[in-house]
Amino acid sequence: MEEKLQPIVQQLEQAFGVQASEYRGDVTLVIPRERIVEACQKMKDLGFELLSALTAVDYWPEENPRFHVIYQFTSVSQNLRLGFRVPVPGVQPTVPSVAHIYHNANWRERELWDMFGVKAEGHPDLRRILMPADWEGHPLRKDYPLGYEEPQFTFNFDEIDVRKPYAKE
Amino acid sequence: MGVEQKLGNLGIVTTTLEQAVAWSRNYAMWPMLFGLACCAIEMMAAQASDNDMSRFGMELMRPSPRQSDLMIVAGRVSRKMAPVLRRLYDQMPEPKWVIAMGDCASCGGVFNNYAIVQGVDEVVPVDVYVAGCPPRPEALIHGILTLQDKVVKKIKFAEKG
Amino acid sequence: MPDIFEVTVDDLKHLVSERAVTGETMLLNMGPQHPSTHGVLRLLLELDGETVVNCIPDIGFLHTGIEKNMEAKTYQKAEVMTDRLDYLNTVGNNLAYCMAVEKLLDLDVPPRAQAIRVILTELQRIASHLVWLGTAALDVAAMSTFLYCFREREDILDILELVSGQRMMTTYIRPGGLWRDVPVEFEAAVRDFLKMFPKRIDQYEALLTRNPLFLDRTLGIGKISAEEALNLGVTGPLLRAVGVKWDLRKARPYSGYEQYEFEVPTRTEGDVYARYLVRVQEMRESLKIVEQALNKLPMGPVRSNNRKYVPPPRSEIGVSMEALIHHFKLWTEGFNAPKGYVYSAVESPRGELGVYLESDGGPHPYRVHWRTPSFDNLQALPLMAKGHLIADLVAIIGSIDIVLGDIDR
Repeated sequence: MEEKLQPIVQQLEQAFGVQASEYRGDVTLVIPRERIVEACQKMKDLGFELLSALTAVDYWPEENPRFHVIYQFTSVSQNLRLGFRVPVPGVQPTVPSVAHIYHNANWRERELWDMFGVKAEGHPDLRRILMPADWEGHPLRKDYPLGYEEPQFTFNFDEIDVRKPYAKE
Repeated sequence: MGVEQKLGNLGIVTTTLEQAVAWSRNYAMWPMLFGLACCAIEMMAAQASDNDMSRFGMELMRPSPRQSDLMIVAGRVSRKMAPVLRRLYDQMPEPKWVIAMGDCASCGGVFNNYAIVQGVDEVVPVDVYVAGCPPRPEALIHGILTLQDKVVKKIKFAEKG
Repeated sequence: MPDIFEVTVDDLKHLVSERAVTGETMLLNMGPQHPSTHGVLRLLLELDGETVVNCIPDIGFLHTGIEKNMEAKTYQKAEVMTDRLDYLNTVGNNLAYCMAVEKLLDLDVPPRAQAIRVILTELQRIASHLVWLGTAALDVAAMSTFLYCFREREDILDILELVSGQRMMTTYIRPGGLWRDVPVEFEAAVRDFLKMFPKRIDQYEALLTRNPLFLDRTLGIGKISAEEALNLGVTGPLLRAVGVKWDLRKARPYSGYEQYEFEVPTRTEGDVYARYLVRVQEMRESLKIVEQALNKLPMGPVRSNNRKYVPPPRSEIGVSMEALIHHFKLWTEGFNAPKGYVYSAVESPRGELGVYLESDGGPHPYRVHWRTPSFDNLQALPLMAKGHLIADLVAIIGSIDIVLGDIDR
């Protein structure tokens, strides 16, 4: 762990009663869901100006917690990095929105809803962002199929050609 | 469509007129200024200094579909983009042609998944497929020359050749 | 074919001003097929006359499902997808992904491979800025710059083709090093480019920097403050144009950037013109880095010797049965990565390009997330565009240097 990061991590560990973990130099704290807004505010006060990434990981078929929502912070002034993970259960997954603290969380939380179906509570404009508005399902969930279509080769050309939906004029 | 309807059936003259019209269409084909992904950059390179597509009468890119004859589908077509692409095609006046540029537009390419249409021929009828990921500008120019061959030799009025 | 999903004013009430509901201001759709949106960006504009009151971007028209598709491939094969994300910075994407994999595997990279990586990514940065300069100048009606910029871009693509065989999608950088060593002609080709290019930058600057038409279109347009920019997660040249000296190559050096001397150009104005100046200066700095890296290019292997993850060299496959089997197994089954998660970032021409990579211990990445710079940079557009004319909006979109493949993934 970088020397400058140690007091910050200690402060966060005490404030939220959690234990930091380190892997290949990346420091991560697991923050309970109810306290994430508070934690983000604290990060902002500690001089982490940039919310670098906000995404999630799906651990299906695990149900509790099914998702881990990931927050990655960067401090431009102190040149530091720190990550948060927030466990979220699989039934009606929600996280509190942090878009009022970090404004770029706005689109990132919309992406979270679009791709994982994790709702950001209190978000000002929660719509789908990447998929069409009438799309069903959340593609990055592990139980969502990849949508593989059989490629057309010489040996199965005719077979696939029959059912391929060619466009009309 | 167009000139032959006004003139009616001119018998033996029509053949030569057809040839003349096809020839003129061939060398003043206006592609639509419409890029989707990586291939659009190579399409730009094909029009820029080194490759200069205007040698074949194809330099006049029209941003409006109503003024263009040729749609170059340059890049992968997502499920969200497909209806938009079809609407653009419907807005183009006859006669119109489509080139599927690159592997993604031709068959889905490396992206065999939920988001990408597996070949733009599911959305619009395609005349020429250009292979490559992305195709070199030379490959696109070859595709266009192939289309020009197609237009001159096999053109049929009121329907696509 | 599903119909285009259309929304009404009622659905967007919370995004537009009240005057739009009464019909006092006009709602106008711009894109996804529009010559100045640099791809398939769609904007919903609320206009008072020609002044932009509100600008609501609608993205996703190029959503490719790359993150999901990468989960279905092995670590080596997934790399093919990375080129096609930000298609102007293909080598940089490979570098970001390979660095994340190397961090996850704790894999070493030989110094020669690192230096070649730096040379190629910096050349790619110049090529990307050239496309930006050509198209952004075209947006403000400067046609000849476009032709000049694409002329020089071809030279860079020729170098990339020389080393990898492909002009754009090189996949030349591999986890643990490079695909193979550079050919002998490489050094001469890069030196030729280094000799020729500074004069060409002077040409572009002669065309634009003090051109009154260009200044009229760019000075004081699309301003944003440093605080707003940071809050919106803006990185790259946009952030440096508001006076924040933040460049990952300097701040958190990777791939041996700490050995090279270069400046991080900044401006304080934060308008379209400042972004132009920053990017042009960046091209000059990139040239410096390439020159230094080429001058002290070390000899030696270009691939890590860790055979657990890196395939054996070609020369061994011909004589050793074990090497052949090993090579075959690595490319069919892949390698098992240790369980864990890493976040690693590089400075792309557009800003911080980060990769979040998680492994469950198997041969496929469990989750790959791309923190792409344009996604956050574009979020600043509504703020920048407010109160400007539509014609200026075109210049602002050009100055952000968006790549839709980078945004939609």
